Amino acid sequence: MKDKLFGKTLSELQEIVVQEGMPAFVAGQISDWLYKKHITEIQEMKNLSKVNRTKLQEKYEIGLNLPVKVQTSIDGTKKYLYPAAGKKFIESAYIPDKDRATLCVSSQIGCKMGCLFCMTGKQGFQGQLSAGEIVNQIHSLPEFDKLTNVVYMGMGEPFDNLKEVLKSLEIMTSEWGYGWSPKRITVSTIGIIPAMQQFLTESKAHLAISLHSPFEDDRKKIMPIENVYPLPKLLQAIHEFEWGKQRRISFEYILFKGFNDSQRHVNELAKILNGLKCRINLLRFHPIPDSPLESPDEKAIVEFREKLTSKGITTTIRASRGQDIFAACGLLSTKELQKNTEPIDF
Amino acid sequence: MSTKDGYKLFQANVLKLEEIATGVFVLSYKKLHEFIAGQVVAITTDLNDESRLYSIASGVREEEVRILFNVVPEGKLTTQMSQLVEGDQIFISKPFGKFTGTKEPAYWIAAGTGIAPFASMFYSGLASNKVLIHGGRTLSAFYFRNVFEVYFDDNYIPCCSQQSGQGVFKGRLTEYLKSLNELPPEHKYYLCGSAEMVVETRDILIQKGIPFKQIIAEIYF
Repeated sequence: MKDKLFGKTLSELQEIVVQEGMPAFVAGQISDWLYKKHITEIQEMKNLSKVNRTKLQEKYEIGLNLPVKVQTSIDGTKKYLYPAAGKKFIESAYIPDKDRATLCVSSQIGCKMGCLFCMTGKQGFQGQLSAGEIVNQIHSLPEFDKLTNVVYMGMGEPFDNLKEVLKSLEIMTSEWGYGWSPKRITVSTIGIIPAMQQFLTESKAHLAISLHSPFEDDRKKIMPIENVYPLPKLLQAIHEFEWGKQRRISFEYILFKGFNDSQRHVNELAKILNGLKCRINLLRFHPIPDSPLESPDEKAIVEFREKLTSKGITTTIRASRGQDIFAACGLLSTKELQKNTEPIDF
Repeated sequence: MSTKDGYKLFQANVLKLEEIATGVFVLSYKKLHEFIAGQVVAITTDLNDESRLYSIASGVREEEVRILFNVVPEGKLTTQMSQLVEGDQIFISKPFGKFTGTKEPAYWIAAGTGIAPFASMFYSGLASNKVLIHGGRTLSAFYFRNVFEVYFDDNYIPCCSQQSGQGVFKGRLTEYLKSLNELPPEHKYYLCGSAEMVVETRDILIQKGIPFKQIIAEIYF
């Protein structure tokens, strides 16, 4: 099987061209073709000699994957299904909104984290995505030219696949890649602390934390990761980081009726986030099969926002998008996955 | 010293490496730090490589720390760990984590090497009032079975999905749980295994009326 050029960083391309006996500058030409010119065949790299193109073609392919399915919501949201290695599937959600258009990308096939409220977790973990497979979701999007933002909030925990996620960010933000400002990209995590610290050092993209409760004991009941990386340690790492003026941290907070929506939670949120320039995004919970959790009503959600705002915390309620097309992340790919996955033994 | 993934590590030397089933090992080293039964440590054999987390499988009052691991196909670290000999250098973090045992009545439910934290709880004196359910593909996957059988008697239920054996439930542990008429809703349910096992087991427990707040899970990752 041929190796894929798409998803390689400039330094990896330099290694390849040197190995193949080509001048080093050819790597820059290849990255230009891959990430700026949307080619699909090596033979389209017209400023490479025919000999070099043929050499490359013997061992490599471009490696792009077009989406195999799309579902379009009445609100304009589109959910794309991309093929991944091993006959698996991943999802990306394209969310247009006035002058913004955001793509929510996946970083893994399935997820190992097992959060109680998450549909992707029901798949279990199916595999890691390569940097190429992550960036392909952006590059092969039919609406690529309209994109203003990318969020790593699709399937998987980005910091459980940090190496490939960092590579994908390098490709997105380097001049030799797409040249995007890191301020257009947000990576979301449930709080794998060592990987988060490495990300904060090596990337300039924004960070979002899936918080969902300010209390350790609450988090432990819905997010198994709490047993390994407890919230106080996570908050300590966040408070200790020098955020500067450009970089943004936000907290995702899915509201669950009777679980994390009390005044006690408001008070504790104000306490733990004190001194941090941040935002809380409140999310409505869209029930998934067999879930014991419920969403509070609209009035309670608005009241929760107002209580947080009155404590001086910038709080927004994220609009629910694409509800008519299985908006909850993982639903579409789970449906596809069931067709070709054997049960796992335990 | 620190690894590239940020853990502060300490040097330890291998006391013993024993293969207890094909591709499954118990690695022991002299205890450097106190811990709570159920905690994990980060381990690597090379400071230039990323470390991985493993649950401690030994008791809190023992002089040595034991780690249960299986060799992951194409996994660099576990392959290196499986080739260690007495005296070899390894690097370990302080124990951490909150998947820790208590004296409350509980079900301990594990798949494969997910038995490790429960072994630690067992050897730390937390096994009374507990039911231990262990799932594995083959009969060789019931690590520490001889000890558990003696102590737990009928409250130790090995569930084997691919082989039959005396005293072993034939089927996956999820099938065993489904076969039970009722489970006490006031007990705690500790789950340790892969994401698939934890998610499926948790769903079954919730369907059987166990409040999700009573379920505590740890997932390999």
